[in-house]
Formats: sequence, C-alpha cells, structure tokens
Amino acid sequence: MEGTVGVVTQFLDSNIGLVAALGKIALALVIALQVAPIMVWVERRQAAFIQRRIGPNRVGLFGFKLFGLGQPLADTIKLLFKEDFVPKQANKFFYILAPIVTAVIGLVAIQGIPLAKEIVVGGHTINMQPVNLNAGFLYLFAMSALGVYGVALAGWSSNNKYALLGGLRASAQMISYEIAMGLALLPMVFIYGTLDLQTMIAAQSDSLLFGVLPNWGIFLSPISFVIFVITMFAETNRLPFDLAEGEAELVAGFLVEYGSMRWSLFFLGEYAMMFTLSALTTCVFLGGYEIPWLSQTELVALLTPIFSAEPATWVASLIGLTVLLAKTAIFMFLFVQARFTLPRFRYDQLMRVGWVYLLPLALVNVVVLALIVGIMRLT
Amino acid sequence: MTASINPYFPILIAFVLGLLIAGGATAASFLLGPKKPNPAKLDVYECGVPVVGTARQRLSVKFYLTAILFILFDIETVFLYLWAVLFDELRWFGIIEVGLFVGTLVVGYIYILRRGALNWD
Repeated sequence: MEGTVGVVTQFLDSNIGLVAALGKIALALVIALQVAPIMVWVERRQAAFIQRRIGPNRVGLFGFKLFGLGQPLADTIKLLFKEDFVPKQANKFFYILAPIVTAVIGLVAIQGIPLAKEIVVGGHTINMQPVNLNAGFLYLFAMSALGVYGVALAGWSSNNKYALLGGLRASAQMISYEIAMGLALLPMVFIYGTLDLQTMIAAQSDSLLFGVLPNWGIFLSPISFVIFVITMFAETNRLPFDLAEGEAELVAGFLVEYGSMRWSLFFLGEYAMMFTLSALTTCVFLGGYEIPWLSQTELVALLTPIFSAEPATWVASLIGLTVLLAKTAIFMFLFVQARFTLPRFRYDQLMRVGWVYLLPLALVNVVVLALIVGIMRLT
Repeated sequence: MTASINPYFPILIAFVLGLLIAGGATAASFLLGPKKPNPAKLDVYECGVPVVGTARQRLSVKFYLTAILFILFDIETVFLYLWAVLFDELRWFGIIEVGLFVGTLVVGYIYILRRGALNWD
C-alpha cells in the first residue's frame, strides 16, 4: 500500500506540469460551464425585476425553492429531450458544425484567463493560468476573433433568408468592432510593457497618487476602458448591438433554424465568451485577482503565520479567485442591465459608431498616450 | 521527464475536451429526443408564410467593402502591437515612425470617409 502511494507521489512529482495543466483546464471548464446556466437564471430574474414581474422562482432542488435556481437545470433537461432535426434545405455538415464551433471556441478562450496568483505545491510553483503563454493577450484576442465563424457558418448553412441576414450582420459587426477593440487595448501593452496578463496584473498591485488609488488600468487609460467595454458588447452580439438576432425584424437571426441542444450550445459559447471578455477587462483594467491596496504578495505574507508557507499560497489564491469572479460579475451584471435598459441600434447607426466614432477615438487615444508615456518614461 | 510542458499543449487538451463536451451534448440530444419529422417541420421557417425563392441570393456589396476595410485596419492594429511590445527599446524613433505610419493611414481613412464608404444607407 505504501509502495502505491510512493509511486503515485513520484508520478505526480515528475509529471507536475501535465497534472497541473489538466487541473487548471478542468477548473476553467467548470467555471465556463457554470456561467451559462447561472447567467440564464440571473438574466431572467433581473429582467423580471426591471419589468416588475417575479420571474422564475418555483423550480428548486430537493423541495427547497432557492429563488428558482433549479430553473436552468430544468431547462437543460427539457432541451435535451427536444426533437433534434436538421431542416431539409440546410447544409447538413455545417449546420451541425456551427454550434459546436461556437461552444468549443468559448470553452477554449476561457483558458487564457489567469484565475489566481501562482500556488506552491510540494515545492513546485504552479501558476493558475491554464494556457500560460507569454503572449496570453494575443491568444485571448485571437480566440474572441474566431467567435465570428460559428455565427457566420450558422447563418449560411441554415439556408434561410433571416438566418443569412443575421449571420452576415453579425460578421460585419464583429469584424468592425474588433479594430476598435484592438486599438483600445494597445496602450495597455506599452504602458505595462508586456503581453503577459500575469505581469500586467502584478503591475496593477501598486498604488497611484501616493496610495490613494490602486494602480489599475482604468485610471491609467480611462478612454481605453470605455471603448473596450463598448466593443465587448458588440463582439458578443449583446444588446444594444444584437442586430444579429433582432427578434422584431429577423425573428431570431442566425438562430432561427436551431433548436434543442444545438441552440443551447450557442448560448454556452456566447456566455463563455462574455465571461472571458469580462475577465479580460478585469485583468487589464481592474487589477484582476489583486485586492486594491493589498497585493497578493502581502496577502501571502499575512497568511503565512496563520497557515504554514504552502497552504498560505493556496488560501491567498482562493481569495484571489473570489476577487476575480466578483469583479467579473460586475460586468456580467452590466451586460444584463444594458440588455433590458437600452433600445437596439439601427444597423447604419451601429456601423457608424464603430467606424466613424470609436475607431478614430481609439487611434487618437493611442497617439496621445504614446506621447504621454514617452515623455514620462523616455526623457 | 521534465516538470514543465510545452505552453501550447494545454490549448490542445482544452480543444479536445471542449469538442467532447459540445459533441457529447449534440449526440445526447440526438439520441434522447423524439423523431417525428413531417414536411412542414422540415421546411424553411419564415414566419409560416410560403417561402419565396432561396437564401442563396446576391448580397449588398457593403459587406464586401466592410471585409476589405477590416483587413486593412486590422493589419494596422497587429502591426502596432509589435511596436507596443518594443516601446521601451525603440524609444522616440518608434513613436515618430508610428506617428508617420498612423498619419498615412489617417489620410486613407479620411479618403474612405469622404467617399462615403462608411455610410450605410
């Protein structure tokens, strides 16, 4: 028996990289898969409160109502048992592929988020970013750009006029706003001097103005933050930019021919992407997993006397993860609040906002910040 | 046996797991749901009105124009990222060069703006 434990320990020790990677990916996948049902419930409840209704509050678990938290579970079971058919005019292969593409991209994109500060297990330091690239920033950017494929494929393969229009509009909108998005994030790269999200977050643990403000990206480049949040709504096809779905004119846009589990895979992908972009905003502009005025390094030093050296890093990371999720939740709340507060753009207005206002604003922001940073750092 | 793995390897693991989850959900729905097709159900859904023509029609050229403009400006953005990473090494030379580059692009941008390429009517 002791021999087995020894073998297992030795195996873990020599393959710590692989084991840690699997663990981190599993954690990120669990978060991604939980975001969709919870957000569906939040969205319906919040909409109900805004419209002075009650919303889903009946379905609970084991006889407890729990404010209707069982509703997403019931919905999933219902969708699972719905008839799953392919319309006869559709291009079958791409019709089946499109929701899978959307969901997979959502689930892969979330892996680029640093979930917490690194932990120490058995002498090995493990950082908590599942896909730990030194250009993690570009990875997230690339993944969010791939999101357009699922929508475009769904629109085209359905072979339905509404679906095609929805898919086309969505693609045109996503590629238009992507430029402003890239330019909005550009100043953050030269301000922090890195493409690595963990280094960026570490830089944000300092404080600004003699310790009054935390050194967050939102204070360093507020215009970038505003542009990025706007483009984030457009990239995820959420209201006020949801012309791809526009139920009043396009029925449901690219989703019109979809049903059962395929339909919910689109939502899984969409919510995972929403979470990923919200978490990216948090990491770049709001200090990620860092608590304001108390950096993770200080937190570990504070916790070390209470626990011992290694568990202290675990507890600190757990606090960091909670902080990250709390900050991300602010944006998820904003997504829902905007959906039920703002009217939808007209399509020409939408393209105008992206190309005529956001793009030049982002360019000016880049040039001005480059001059400011240049004067402050290079002279 | 080394403790670290290729940093790109987790992407492959995540991709395979994601494919299993999404494919599994599709397969489960296919296996569990009822199968009662009828001609009306399989037809194109356009609000119940008899379908006129197909969806394979000519599209507004505006979408094509948007795609072309996207390629132009997106390459610009990607190019600027290289400069942003090397901001401290290139110093003022980089800032001035990028200023000239952006300036040239702004001329082109004003041109397409004045020609109405960005107007959706």
